[in-house]
Amino acid sequence: MKSTLKRRGRFVLVAAVVAVLATVSGLSVRSASAAKRSNIVITIDVFGDFGYHDLYQQYEASHPGITIKEDTEDYAPHHTALAQHLATGAGADDIEAIEVGFISNYTTQPKYFYDLRKYGASKLQKRYPAWKWQQAVAHNKSVIGLGTDVGSLGICYRKDLFKQAGLPTTPAKVGKMWKTWKDFLAVGKRYQKHAPAGTKFIDSGSNLFNAIVAQANPGYYSKSGKVLVKSNPKIKAAWNTTMNAIKLHEDQGLVAFHADWNAGFKNGTFATVTCPAWMMGYIQGQAPAASGKWNIADVPGGGGSWGGSFLTVTKQSAHPAQAAALVKFLTSPKSETYVFKHTGNLPSEIPVLKSQTVQKFRNPYFSNAPVGKIFANSALKLKPQPLGPHQGDYQTASTNAIQRVEQGIQSPAAAWKQFLQDAAAVG
Amino acid sequence: MSAISGTGTAGEAVVAPRARRKLLRRLDAKLSPYLFVSPFFLIFGVFGLFPLGYTAYVSLTDRTLLNPVVHFIGLHNYALLIHDSYFWNAVENTFGIWFLSTVPQLLLALVIAHILNTQLHARTFFRMSVLLPQVTSLVAVALIFTQLFAHDYGFVNYALGHVGIHKVYWEAGRFSSWVALSVMVTWRWMGFNALIYLAAMQSIPEELYEAAAVDGARRFRQFIHVTVPMLRPTILFTVIISTIGGLQLFTEPYLFQPSTSGGTGGSARQYQTIVMYLYEKFLGSTQFKFGYAAAIAWCLVLLIALFGLVNYLLVSRIRSAER
Repeated sequence: MKSTLKRRGRFVLVAAVVAVLATVSGLSVRSASAAKRSNIVITIDVFGDFGYHDLYQQYEASHPGITIKEDTEDYAPHHTALAQHLATGAGADDIEAIEVGFISNYTTQPKYFYDLRKYGASKLQKRYPAWKWQQAVAHNKSVIGLGTDVGSLGICYRKDLFKQAGLPTTPAKVGKMWKTWKDFLAVGKRYQKHAPAGTKFIDSGSNLFNAIVAQANPGYYSKSGKVLVKSNPKIKAAWNTTMNAIKLHEDQGLVAFHADWNAGFKNGTFATVTCPAWMMGYIQGQAPAASGKWNIADVPGGGGSWGGSFLTVTKQSAHPAQAAALVKFLTSPKSETYVFKHTGNLPSEIPVLKSQTVQKFRNPYFSNAPVGKIFANSALKLKPQPLGPHQGDYQTASTNAIQRVEQGIQSPAAAWKQFLQDAAAVG
Repeated sequence: MSAISGTGTAGEAVVAPRARRKLLRRLDAKLSPYLFVSPFFLIFGVFGLFPLGYTAYVSLTDRTLLNPVVHFIGLHNYALLIHDSYFWNAVENTFGIWFLSTVPQLLLALVIAHILNTQLHARTFFRMSVLLPQVTSLVAVALIFTQLFAHDYGFVNYALGHVGIHKVYWEAGRFSSWVALSVMVTWRWMGFNALIYLAAMQSIPEELYEAAAVDGARRFRQFIHVTVPMLRPTILFTVIISTIGGLQLFTEPYLFQPSTSGGTGGSARQYQTIVMYLYEKFLGSTQFKFGYAAAIAWCLVLLIALFGLVNYLLVSRIRSAER
């Protein structure tokens, strides 16, 4: 008993010391930051790889007194945390990246962000395609974000697998084979006839579906914000094409961003992937050893956009002016060009897309394909679809529906029916 | 008058400190225990009770996360929930996974504890190592098991292939996904329960075993007829603990699903647990249905309370039977 008492006493003492130390260190941190008021820390919260690291160093060097701290997470958890942080009024960084699938959730809630027009954003409007600019304009006309990249579409394909299956391998010839998605499936049929053992033409049905839906205009929403999931014949057409691919056994049936899909890149088990520009970085990350085996061709059915992001300055920022300045730097033509060359994220600004540096850029990993030209031209032609707040949920619901067919759980008709029910439950 | 009042005040002056001291002493005896335990209740109040009450309030509103304009809608969320087939599917999944993980987990723990209780070489080493899964990060466990149970290149399917069993699509099947998740849970918690059993086993008097041995009981019979009955209260304790943990299962299934599915737990919600469904409604999608999620949370509380009650009745029945 005595010893436990003693131990308890010691525990209390330790706890007290810890508490005192914690308070003192808290105070000292506070006083230190007060003393060095000139040193401002700007925090920026992104998802995946925005390719900014060298740019931070550049910026810090040219702006003494500014330190940049980046937080990064996966796509889904990032946007989940963002909603939480904004709603609870604490935890958000100075700068928050928001993907296009989520931006309409926030253009209806501009109170969470600084209006970047106050920091000279209006002057930048002419650099952007009108649609990209408009996506981050709130209903009260305030500009909550500046565009970083756009997800213009191409098709990434394994030229070694194509060769073994007796198909042409140069981007020009490959692109000519599939002017439409129907042609694309026909090429797939040819591929499967002489396909290397264990490989399929397409990685995942949902990747095919999402790409076709991304090209539709309108897609899930009408211009006036009406939900078109059920009534838009183009969505049903995309579904039918996807079901056809499954029926023709051209589809590997993998779940995008899951373990087997990643392994598929490493082992080369599928010949094509629908490729938004940002996918280039993902493929290189998953299969560094496959350098030189991939190539990129035009996407069937003309341009299309899948993905792309914005940088915003949240109301929780204590240094909005400095944060806005950093946003402007990171979205400047020079920075966007740099990111494109090193990471693959496609710039969103017209002069950059048209610039010789981008137009002439070839990616050695993708067999020196003229990726700049392919993606930039696709982006310049792009007529983007209207967006709505539940865009992401429709994508999740359709992805699950397609997987149910791929996994043999449901017939295409039953899966479609449940998809429509799920979509209706969202609104 | 003045004299009287004078003595009166003097008398009060003498009495008052004594009375005050007495009062203080009484207060000290009566109040200070409460003061000493108050930090716990204060913290519990702020982080336990208040959220409970607030969640109950939110569950009666149509609040969404990003839009704090709320309308009071009474029990509407609960009415919707009762007819929500996805909710009942989640309840079914939760109990299925709970059953598949708890039963083998506790049986194995019992066996392991029994082995650890014998004269092993390097006993401490083995006793420590059964606890290792507990100190590994839950996220790491979930991610690694997800790799192990992958369809095309997972180790489990690779190993099964060697004994002639065709590839199992663990994540796609309902039962198979439950099995995979149960393996994760079992692996992580088995050692913990084994140690609890071990501690209880060591308090069983040696004489009982000696008496059983004299009666001709071999080790297995000793285990069945001495160890297990003596462990009954401990076993009930572990059942309650694993029930509460099992009903709140989230991290394992959440990390088992593809990161793009936002909390649905498989394409057909094969392994979406109650907490995952709560998460999907609240944060996993762009619906941000705070009110509806709060209603799910309260239904979960009721379910756990119901289970606690069943457990309590079981315990008291066993106790009265023992008497």
